[in-house]
Amino acid sequence: MSSLTARSSSTRQAGTPQATRRRHPRVRSAPYLFLAPALVLFVVFMLIPIVYAIWLSFQAYHLEGGGILGHRVQVFSGFENYVSVFSNPELAAGFGRLGIYGLIAVPLTLGLALLFALLLDVPAVRAARFSRIAIFIPYAVPGVVAALLWGFMYLPGTSPFSYITEALGFGTIGFLDNPGLFGSLANIAIWGGVGFNMIIIYTSLRGIPSEIYEAARLDGANEVQIALRIKVPLAVPALVLTAIFSLIGTLQLYGEPTTLKPMTNAISQSWVPLMMIYRDAFLTDNLPTAAALSVVLALGTVIVSAIVLRIANRRNSGGMS
Amino acid sequence: MTAVAERRERTSGADRHAPINRNRQAKNRGKLLPTILLLIGAAYCLVPVVWVFIATTKARGELFTTFTFAPGTGLFDNLASLFSYGDGQFGMWALNSLLYAGIGGILSTLVSTMAGYALAKYEFPGRTLIFYCILGGVLIPGITLAIPQYLLLSQIGMAGGYLSVLLPVIISPFGIYLSRVYASAAMPSETLEAARIDGANEWRIFRTIGIPLMVPGMVTVFMLQFVGIWNNFLLPFVMLSDQSNYPITVGLYTLLAKGSGSPALYSLAITGAAVSIIPLVLLMLFLQRFWRMDLISGGLKG
Repeated sequence: MSSLTARSSSTRQAGTPQATRRRHPRVRSAPYLFLAPALVLFVVFMLIPIVYAIWLSFQAYHLEGGGILGHRVQVFSGFENYVSVFSNPELAAGFGRLGIYGLIAVPLTLGLALLFALLLDVPAVRAARFSRIAIFIPYAVPGVVAALLWGFMYLPGTSPFSYITEALGFGTIGFLDNPGLFGSLANIAIWGGVGFNMIIIYTSLRGIPSEIYEAARLDGANEVQIALRIKVPLAVPALVLTAIFSLIGTLQLYGEPTTLKPMTNAISQSWVPLMMIYRDAFLTDNLPTAAALSVVLALGTVIVSAIVLRIANRRNSGGMS
Repeated sequence: MTAVAERRERTSGADRHAPINRNRQAKNRGKLLPTILLLIGAAYCLVPVVWVFIATTKARGELFTTFTFAPGTGLFDNLASLFSYGDGQFGMWALNSLLYAGIGGILSTLVSTMAGYALAKYEFPGRTLIFYCILGGVLIPGITLAIPQYLLLSQIGMAGGYLSVLLPVIISPFGIYLSRVYASAAMPSETLEAARIDGANEWRIFRTIGIPLMVPGMVTVFMLQFVGIWNNFLLPFVMLSDQSNYPITVGLYTLLAKGSGSPALYSLAITGAAVSIIPLVLLMLFLQRFWRMDLISGGLKG
């Protein structure tokens, strides 16, 4: 693809008398050569899988012949899979659980990240370096390991929290049962995500020229007012970015509930959409449904991200002008 | 990241003597609450990590019986049984993770740097189209690609091997995007043009001018990719079936999944979790001074 465009461009440019470009013929092919490895990998590992998944989602397995002799054949089925995906109450339930989880995890992750970033930015706050590193450390802990750690903090036999409540005579805390499970799972995401988002917001606060603060202080603004009226609005681009990361992360929830699954009966095999995709693809061997679900999930992610970007852009242009 | 931080710390140090902050007592009160809140946040983030290191010291019988934050006596037994489990499988998993994340991270950084440099510093037909394709790739959750990737790779007989986990992670739309942002900010086009007039070829310009200027951006991309690959669960979980190819995340998961039957494996999983955290935390503490996290937040404005 790229070599084709390169050739057509060189013929076009040879006709025009733009001398600077013509003197360096290698300049024309250079960007494509630099891009070649990325483009090849992009096509092979992203574009083709996406196209393949879309194609697969319009297929279906049908039994041909009868009884034991019957074999599965793959046939084109139109929107059959999508109809069955959308009419499957399991999927709605999965997205419902994802929604509850997201409503807890995303605002708390972003809120705490913003709070800690603002606190780190308070002039002469103590122990800032220690706190910054400590809050950032969970980022280095793989999601599965984080789920494992928290799983043991939740498990009645090893939980320090349940140990205390039991000693006080209240019995164990149902971290791994409904409805506490949602909070427990969200907590793992918050724990793992606050540090990374905090650093993104904090660095964007650091980029604000300090003259702005001086001016505000001379005008009599206190630190809280400076934080809310100056720092937060200027950190909006970073907040939008972290919001999108968190939303994508929410839709991709998989490793954590899968890790906690052996510890509790409250997590089913189709607890979240990705678990359902995995089950359809590998346990019940229904690839077309898994593909249709993947397409729905990917489209959902793109739409959600686009909406967030849209809202942010509108507010930004409205606020700035 | 810290470079920017330190610069500002210095200016705020000068603030301290400025006449604006006359009221010392009010100022002390003003920084006490933030400090306390930050320390609470730090404690919240450290508690599970502290717990896992304490739990690692507990002998099998102590895990479920003693107070969770009381250290035990079984540290060396646990470590010994972890590294001897399944003929040294844990060491194998750790090595695999290092291979996937290390090699994958380096290759991904190189590919992203070259692509980002081309997108930032050249005008060529198709540039906008390619850039928007990549931007779209950032939004597509890489994880929903895992299953079609598996199906395609298994059709050409590649699923299950090292390459099936290594190759898909090299392409990182976000890495390319960051590299482009960094290249356009860090590299004056005039320098490149001057080198071109001096007769240097494009590859030489990239190697001798481009790469040195892009190093801080490359470190950031490498760290993000390294951590991302090291933490990846679904892709290796889907791709691999042979336990000896597992990275640490999938390996620990299988330990835990089996452990629901026998508590002995719980001990192993806990010890394994503790051991697996150490290298990544050390790497991050070491590399964090070279990070350019402002890249990520700054990227959105441009």
